[in-house]
Amino acid sequence: MASTEEIRSGLAEIVNEITGVPADDVQMEKSFTDDLDIDSLSMIEVVVAAEEKFGVKIPEDEVQNLATVSDAVSYIEKAGS
Amino acid sequence: MTRSQAPVVVTGLGASTPVGGDVASTWEALLAGQNGVRPLTEEWVADMPVRFGAPAAVDPAGALPRVQARRLDRSAQFAVVAGREAWTDAGFEGKAGDAGIDPDRLGVVCASGIGGLHTLLSNYDLLRDVGPGKVSPLAIPMLMPNSSAANVGLEFDARAGVHAPVSACSSGAEAIAHGSDMIRSGRADVVVAGGIEAVIHPLPIAAFAKMMALSKRNDEPERASRPFDRDRDGFVLGEGGALLVLESAEHAHARGARIYAELAGVGMSADAHHIAQPEPDGTGVVSAIRKALESAGLDPTEIGHINCHATSTPVGDAAESVALRKVFGEAISNVPVTAPKSMVGHLLGGTGAVEALVTILSMHHRLAPPTINIDNLDEEIQLDVIRGEPRKLDGGPDAAMSNSFGFGGHNVVLAFDRP
Repeated sequence: MASTEEIRSGLAEIVNEITGVPADDVQMEKSFTDDLDIDSLSMIEVVVAAEEKFGVKIPEDEVQNLATVSDAVSYIEKAGS
Repeated sequence: MTRSQAPVVVTGLGASTPVGGDVASTWEALLAGQNGVRPLTEEWVADMPVRFGAPAAVDPAGALPRVQARRLDRSAQFAVVAGREAWTDAGFEGKAGDAGIDPDRLGVVCASGIGGLHTLLSNYDLLRDVGPGKVSPLAIPMLMPNSSAANVGLEFDARAGVHAPVSACSSGAEAIAHGSDMIRSGRADVVVAGGIEAVIHPLPIAAFAKMMALSKRNDEPERASRPFDRDRDGFVLGEGGALLVLESAEHAHARGARIYAELAGVGMSADAHHIAQPEPDGTGVVSAIRKALESAGLDPTEIGHINCHATSTPVGDAAESVALRKVFGEAISNVPVTAPKSMVGHLLGGTGAVEALVTILSMHHRLAPPTINIDNLDEEIQLDVIRGEPRKLDGGPDAAMSNSFGFGGHNVVLAFDRP
């Protein structure tokens, strides 16, 4: 299983690919909507890409609870363990 | 006859076509008689009844920031690229507010005949092959037929109204007609108007071929698009489009804008004859031409050039010639006409806008591009078709017309005059 930092940086790559936000800006405390300006449609794209990359399932109902990068990283860690 | 109130002028031009990624390269290529038709190289082509087309000379995705490009269907990519060029060409920068335009007085009318077909079909492939979880959350905003208009509106902060008329191959011209109406009726000062299309894909090729609309000249694709030639056998599918900046003459004069032409009049009619066949006696087309001339306050003798719809189908080209003779009489023999589809193919919803642009540039430069691939002018076509070299329009009347007709029996004629 990937380390927390590996998950964060993998997620950052996905966010950059989909939204153009620089990968270095995707830090743990950042809010997807307030800090990174990611809209709900892009967020779904990010989640689908993350499911594929990390081999996990993130139910659609869960997406609204992933407010920050840290929330998403923790969810992926738990879902993968 | 008197011309309608609130004159509308053209102050900006933008295009992406099979012969050029912008207006300047497109115009240069058309004057040189350059051919945009070529064999298609995609893997799916092998099994197709038609294995050639007129793809855009420049990939529109490459002209946009990567993230913006991936959120737009190819059709909307063409719209944004052409829209930006037209906007800059008109002397505007940034959004409406930065450009000194009240956003509530800026409109967009951007047409597509079919819409975001690549997005629709690639998402259907994902649904069928993998499942609903793979369908993109952006599929709907990318495939909806108003997506191009909406994205151009977002680009410039247009709030007077953003519209997407759909009338098959007359869509682009109809968009310009509606844009003109927005200004004439006082709903907008500036309208970005035109049309685009991006459907070079096996489904439309198979379907158009099945209805006997496409040329099947697979052995010599570069000779396939031959409007008015005796041996024409159908149109060639192209992609791309054009957008124009239309502006009230008052608004344009107040800011000292460069004016290419006046959009003097528009005429629209419907055949009510057949879903896909043109009316052989041209009654609907005649009506659209007469309405355009009437709204422009022009007599047929004041038309010095006609940009024909002429798609290279046996029936359509002949019907257009019949209609023109009905309106102009014998005098039509003295009006030089041309058919740009011989070089760029048929851009469906984009074609009326590209041809309006070519008509405007022909007037502006007093020089009209030739029609290529005519080995033997069809005896039924009694028109002065420009062939070989571009034709100087000096000495003739100033005004010009562009014809567009679409499946469904839609007829749109735009009449332009010198400002």
